[in-house]
Amino acid sequence: MFTALIFYMFAGIAVASGVMVISARNPVHSVLWLILAFFNAAGLFLLLGAEFLAMLLVIVYVGAVAVLFLFVVMMLDINQVEFREGFLQYLPTGALIGFVLLVELLTMFGGWAFAPDIKVLAATPPLEQASNTVALGKLIYTKYVYLFQASGLVLLVAMIGTILLTHRKRTGVRKQVIADQVARSPKSVELQKVQTGRGI
Amino acid sequence: MFEIGLSHYLTVAAILFTLGVMGIFLNRKNVIIIMMSVELILLAVNINFVAFSSYLNDLVGQVFAMFILTVAAAEAAIGLAIVVVFFRNRGSIAVEEISQLKG
Repeated sequence: MFTALIFYMFAGIAVASGVMVISARNPVHSVLWLILAFFNAAGLFLLLGAEFLAMLLVIVYVGAVAVLFLFVVMMLDINQVEFREGFLQYLPTGALIGFVLLVELLTMFGGWAFAPDIKVLAATPPLEQASNTVALGKLIYTKYVYLFQASGLVLLVAMIGTILLTHRKRTGVRKQVIADQVARSPKSVELQKVQTGRGI
Repeated sequence: MFEIGLSHYLTVAAILFTLGVMGIFLNRKNVIIIMMSVELILLAVNINFVAFSSYLNDLVGQVFAMFILTVAAAEAAIGLAIVVVFFRNRGSIAVEEISQLKG
């Protein structure tokens, strides 16, 4: 009963903030609603017993990704007046496709069952033996260690790609180039006698 | 009604997924909203994975959800970098103008 109420609270707020993400007038508000949706999804994860993923969602999504979105939205100068143009024009198509998709998904979820001979690959240990984080850690550092490393590589590639994309050489700016300074030969320096009262 | 089962979680995930898809359809002026919709879709998929993992007592679903989280973070970073570069060049991030990109 109590769990059900908490579930409906988390689910309701998550769905409502999802609606606000796609319909908010101001993109900054959209990002803030997205953050609320992530928080409530983290609550749903907690209810499901996936504490580590819930905390990961808060740290990675709210702490990094959503802040990145907020940063970019505020950095770009977007005209808010024209921003909403076309919303009503595409509303019928979007609503129709969304409705069809939702009905299909719900009918699929409504009439399904686990296969009788379903195989569990890595059973969740009972809580007395190991907490969710410990069990997950034992799994990803042993059986799935290569996939774990590969996901690290994905992040590395993303980092290099992002730096490469956004880095730019700025012209007209004087910067200290240490290599050029070190490579100077003594000949490139010329001593001159300056006469009093005159420049060179 | 008061007994929360797997189908409740799947329903929430389905609604969030649909909202994400609708967000892609409705927004023609701002790429960033579309990227946020993609994040919503990935979140819905993650809810599905964790719900199945919890109800099957199988941790692999949570491991997979973690990898999805990684890929989503990488995708957001690269996508936003592309948006920033595009805005620097064109002064606008309207989706309709991006359709005129050539080479």
